[in-house]
Amino acid sequence: MLAVDVTDVARRFGSVQALDGVDLAVQEGEFFGLLGPNGAGKTTLISILAGLTRADRGSARILGHDVVTDYRDARRKLGVVPQELVFDPFFTVRETLAMQAGYFGLRANTAWIDEILHHLDLTAKANANMRSLSGGMKRRVLVGQALVHKPPVIVLDEPTAGVDVELRQNLWGFIRKLNRDGHTIILTTHYLEEAEALCGRIAMLKAGRVVALDTTQNLLAQFAGLTVRLAAARVPAAWQARIVKQDAGLFHIGLDHYGELETLLAALRNENIAIAELALAATDLEQVFLRIMKNPETAP
Amino acid sequence: MSAASVGVHIQGHGWLTLLYKELLRFWKVSLQTIAAPILSALLYLLIFSHVLEGRVSVYDGRVTYTAFLVPGLVMMAVLQNAFANSSSSLIQSKVSGNLIFVLLTPLSAGNIFSAYVLGAMVRGLVVGLGVFAVTLWFDPSLLAMPHPLWAIAFALLGSAILGTLGLIAGIWADKFEQLSAFQNFVIMPLTFLSGVFYSIHSLPPFWQALSHWNPFFYMIDGFRYGFFGVSDVSPWTSFAIVIVFCVTLAATALTLLRRGWKLRH
Repeated sequence: MLAVDVTDVARRFGSVQALDGVDLAVQEGEFFGLLGPNGAGKTTLISILAGLTRADRGSARILGHDVVTDYRDARRKLGVVPQELVFDPFFTVRETLAMQAGYFGLRANTAWIDEILHHLDLTAKANANMRSLSGGMKRRVLVGQALVHKPPVIVLDEPTAGVDVELRQNLWGFIRKLNRDGHTIILTTHYLEEAEALCGRIAMLKAGRVVALDTTQNLLAQFAGLTVRLAAARVPAAWQARIVKQDAGLFHIGLDHYGELETLLAALRNENIAIAELALAATDLEQVFLRIMKNPETAP
Repeated sequence: MSAASVGVHIQGHGWLTLLYKELLRFWKVSLQTIAAPILSALLYLLIFSHVLEGRVSVYDGRVTYTAFLVPGLVMMAVLQNAFANSSSSLIQSKVSGNLIFVLLTPLSAGNIFSAYVLGAMVRGLVVGLGVFAVTLWFDPSLLAMPHPLWAIAFALLGSAILGTLGLIAGIWADKFEQLSAFQNFVIMPLTFLSGVFYSIHSLPPFWQALSHWNPFFYMIDGFRYGFFGVSDVSPWTSFAIVIVFCVTLAATALTLLRRGWKLRH
């Protein structure tokens, strides 16, 4: 059975077509990445899965349960870590987790809540009011709230934003463990190195459409090559189309093979462009992402 | 995942948890949610009874003005606090974004409705009982109610109605300013012009007739009947009108929740 089955889902907000006929099938046990620039429709898609937003057309199912007609079972199977850092200022961390479990009809789950607190390094803060926590701690409580009912499908919408490096590693260790134990994980993140390291398959969204969907390995292989990081005043006109990222005089230029490096250097010499800095790196997911966002038709 | 148990699933525990959260929310700030409105009602009683006692005749002089005022103030406290509880809880959750924790769960529209309204009823009734307790000092004979069941029925219905109205206002409002407008321009005038401080028989015919279009009047008049055995209109008439009002508002609130109006986008 599919963990998540999205068929022809569309949603419009005013003049903005947030989702435009999205199809997506995520197998049980997958660690699946959902990537895209801001406004691509990732959060809208997650909101439709969670029942927070209604689709204009199409259907979405969690482990076979329709998110509209069979919403109770669909929501019992799904845990969502929302993108925004929201909390109820009236309650402590433990009260927050116990109440979230209670909403799912669960009680007598102190041992599981203790375990969540331990894995999220929140044990010492269990009786602290939510208001007194740092941003990173609040983010971890959000993760805990999504896990209180041990959902088989877990959606994490930017879960590591604002979390420091050490705790981010701990968090990913915990999420990896959940995935090894059979939980399906769907992750959206702007840290593409995280997606590359964690996700077995990735879908890329742009303007409400899936523009790439493949295994992480295939996506990287499709754009196997090199990336030149060049600090210069400009790039020769013939190479403009190869720029995948530009940031204040620092150009990231995609090369298919080492032979093209000589051609690029020759072009720079011919146009008397001084090189302030130059570095070579293998193409990573970020470069793949940037290339696909620039030219969606090149996606596999 | 770990061997730790996810817990025991109990039917109906979801909405009970939401009700518990609603109760805990106002209990944690009880100085503001319980003590402050009791003090306000006490001040109303001190000032109005001092100024008007002996100058105003109610029910043809059968009841003193202070005694007349107490049930009105008790009911006003019940109504205003029931409204404040559900409306403020919902708007705070909406504005801060933590309403998502309720919306992500399997709780149905009926579950959410009953938890918010019952929570509001409890706060309204606790504050009402508190006001009654402190105002008894002014007239202990009020304890000898001829029809206590009528008073209880109208207190329950009144708190349910205002709890539901608070829920609707909380769903409708996108910001605190809108909720405040609803409270100041709808709830307050309807409450103050419902006969809390006077019998509508003391009004000119036009205002008397207009008062009969105010549903809050029937809640307070019926409640007062429980204390004195006399009222401006028959308690059965008030009861019927209040029931219809309650059912209509409940149906409206449930429809809004089922459709996810302004909650699920």
